[in-house]
Amino acid sequence: MLQFALRRLGILIPFLIAISIVSFIVIQLPPGSYVDSYVNNLRLQGNVVSAEQEGNIRAMYGLDKSMPEQYALWMGKIVFAGDFGSSFRYNRPVAAILMERVPSTIILSLTAIAFTWLLAVPLGILSAVKQYSVWDHTLTLIGLVGLAVPGFLLALGIMFVVYQNTGWLVNGFFSPPFREAPWSLAKVLDLLKNVWLPILVLTIGGMATITRVLRATLLDELNKQYVTTARAKGVPEMTNVLRYPLRIAINPLLSTLGWMLPAVVGGEIVVSKVLNLPTIGPVLLEASITQDMYLAGGIVMILSVLTVFGTFISDLLLALNDPRIRME
Amino acid sequence: MSDTTTSAPAPRPKKVQDRIDRLRAQYSTGGDRRRQRAEQLYSASQWQLMRAKFGKHKLAMVSLYLLILFYVVAILADFIAPYDPQERSRQHIFAPPSAIHFFAPDGGFVGPYVFDSRTRVNPKTFKYDLIVADNADMNPVVLFPKTDPYLLMGVIPMSVKLFGTTSRQPVFLLGADNLGRDLFSRIVHASRVSLFVGFGGVLISFVLGVALGGISGYVGGKVDVIIQRTIELVMSVPQIPLWMALAAAIPAEWTGIQTYFAITLVLSLVGWTGLARVVRGRILSMREEDYVMAARISSASSWSIITRHLIPGFTSYLIVHITIAIPFMILGETTLSFLGIGIRAPDVSWGSLLQQAQDVVVLSNYVWLLWPAAFVVAAVVLFNFIGDGLRDAADPYAK
Repeated sequence: MLQFALRRLGILIPFLIAISIVSFIVIQLPPGSYVDSYVNNLRLQGNVVSAEQEGNIRAMYGLDKSMPEQYALWMGKIVFAGDFGSSFRYNRPVAAILMERVPSTIILSLTAIAFTWLLAVPLGILSAVKQYSVWDHTLTLIGLVGLAVPGFLLALGIMFVVYQNTGWLVNGFFSPPFREAPWSLAKVLDLLKNVWLPILVLTIGGMATITRVLRATLLDELNKQYVTTARAKGVPEMTNVLRYPLRIAINPLLSTLGWMLPAVVGGEIVVSKVLNLPTIGPVLLEASITQDMYLAGGIVMILSVLTVFGTFISDLLLALNDPRIRME
Repeated sequence: MSDTTTSAPAPRPKKVQDRIDRLRAQYSTGGDRRRQRAEQLYSASQWQLMRAKFGKHKLAMVSLYLLILFYVVAILADFIAPYDPQERSRQHIFAPPSAIHFFAPDGGFVGPYVFDSRTRVNPKTFKYDLIVADNADMNPVVLFPKTDPYLLMGVIPMSVKLFGTTSRQPVFLLGADNLGRDLFSRIVHASRVSLFVGFGGVLISFVLGVALGGISGYVGGKVDVIIQRTIELVMSVPQIPLWMALAAAIPAEWTGIQTYFAITLVLSLVGWTGLARVVRGRILSMREEDYVMAARISSASSWSIITRHLIPGFTSYLIVHITIAIPFMILGETTLSFLGIGIRAPDVSWGSLLQQAQDVVVLSNYVWLLWPAAFVVAAVVLFNFIGDGLRDAADPYAK
């Protein structure tokens, strides 16, 4: 097990380096540096900026050095000082913005994944056991909706229906009176009144694949002889399904648990924009639009690193559960 | 019972008699036809079988025809949309879908027409209300009304549209937006970008996926490991944030066409991984087959083994994969444009049209702004149905 963990960790390191390079490329992509726009701004305001001063500003940000040097400088600051550079849009260190926003993104994503599994697995079983029933068809339809309707549209649609029927506008995590209030029962209730929507949207988005895959693999298993044997011996149907075929059918799903993370995080980014959630999504969007590249690159990097770590942890859990994976 | 009715039966109509003769001829040849059919089935090529099997999938067939209609509309957008997507009407800000009447107020049938109307802000609710005067003029909606000359598809000079009014009162099939622009015309024009982004994107990711997946599977060894790790890396990075960051890098001064291609490129850069995995898997399992060995012994080059012996073996899977990949591209473009980092004004795409529907309060007053969403969902669902049909047809020998 330890050997497996170490080997996985060994793969992780080049991954992290590659991610940091991708993020650095993202930062460098827009033509012209932000010093250009900064200097331009100064000139527009009527300041006289000499070429020498411009050079000084460049040197301050390390822009006069070669690309690899700039990368090393940027990486070094992140690793040793936790300094992601600063956002010129917010005029604050990127790290502070990340600290503020990323935790809520993580919590929301993990909650959504938990709900997805809690709902998708029983529904997948239902779909397989009662094949071609009303349930099965309904679930297929919902799956299709989850597949065909982009998250933002689903969020918008549900928000609209709720607003039309009850006048309740789901917005952010808390209603305005509770935003600054200390924690209390009323505040928790208010949170529940708002937070169900993003969780529902993310859950529907992820549920479709899990339910479909589980249904297909479980159907294969249910037709096998050992199930018939168990049934003939008088094992109650529910126990029969849950004890043996489910264990086998759920395995391919568990092994792709890690792949869910990127999709959910991505979905969360878009949905949080529509629902105005104080997560990292709206910040990334604004950073993208205003070409605040240190912020955008920092967010891409931190989200990627987190998902890669999430995948790593889920791999470890799987290996603990299934000896065959350890032996691979 | 009289003799006249039983002795001589009345001659059958010629059509019926012909049919009976034809049927007799068929069955008298002792099931020749049936045997012929069976023989045809045995000698049918894989592609003929696939086409036949796909044809049996009713839902997929209907979807295919509908989707073709979508694309025809997109190609002929200039002709089908009654108005220019940028044409504003100050009197019709947030005009609801026009009510098309067929009967004159006094009850007589006069064909389709719309009343003269305009919208005005309601001082109490601040909502734009539709105002139709009591004795408003009737404006017939006609086929092929004359318009200013334009070039269909950029080449064919035309001066008629598919439908429209002949007077100054426009007909808003799906309502108007915040500048009084006809939403239907905008959706039709937007479908060009939204429907074709899938093709461009899939083409690029197809080339990348087949090439890298093919090399990975065929060469194996270190190259395989490197390509596989790259794929894992791309797959483990959350797509949407990366898309957003990459789309942000598109310079603001680029033209519509340039932005469009940049978006396509951004979408496909992340999309090729799935295909590469499929191709690698198929090639790995097929390269040990005897016929590949035979080709190698006959000193065929790697290139010709891959292109002539391996790829034809899984073309059907590639087609299925592409059909399923296109809607993902469409959704990706819609999402990016909706967020304001995809297609920029004055160009329109379904996603950028939906930007107006962002505000739920606005939406609750002007529901029709959600129409582009219906088109997105329809296109995606149609592609998925076709994909289902193709998946079943891809292996025509099963069952």
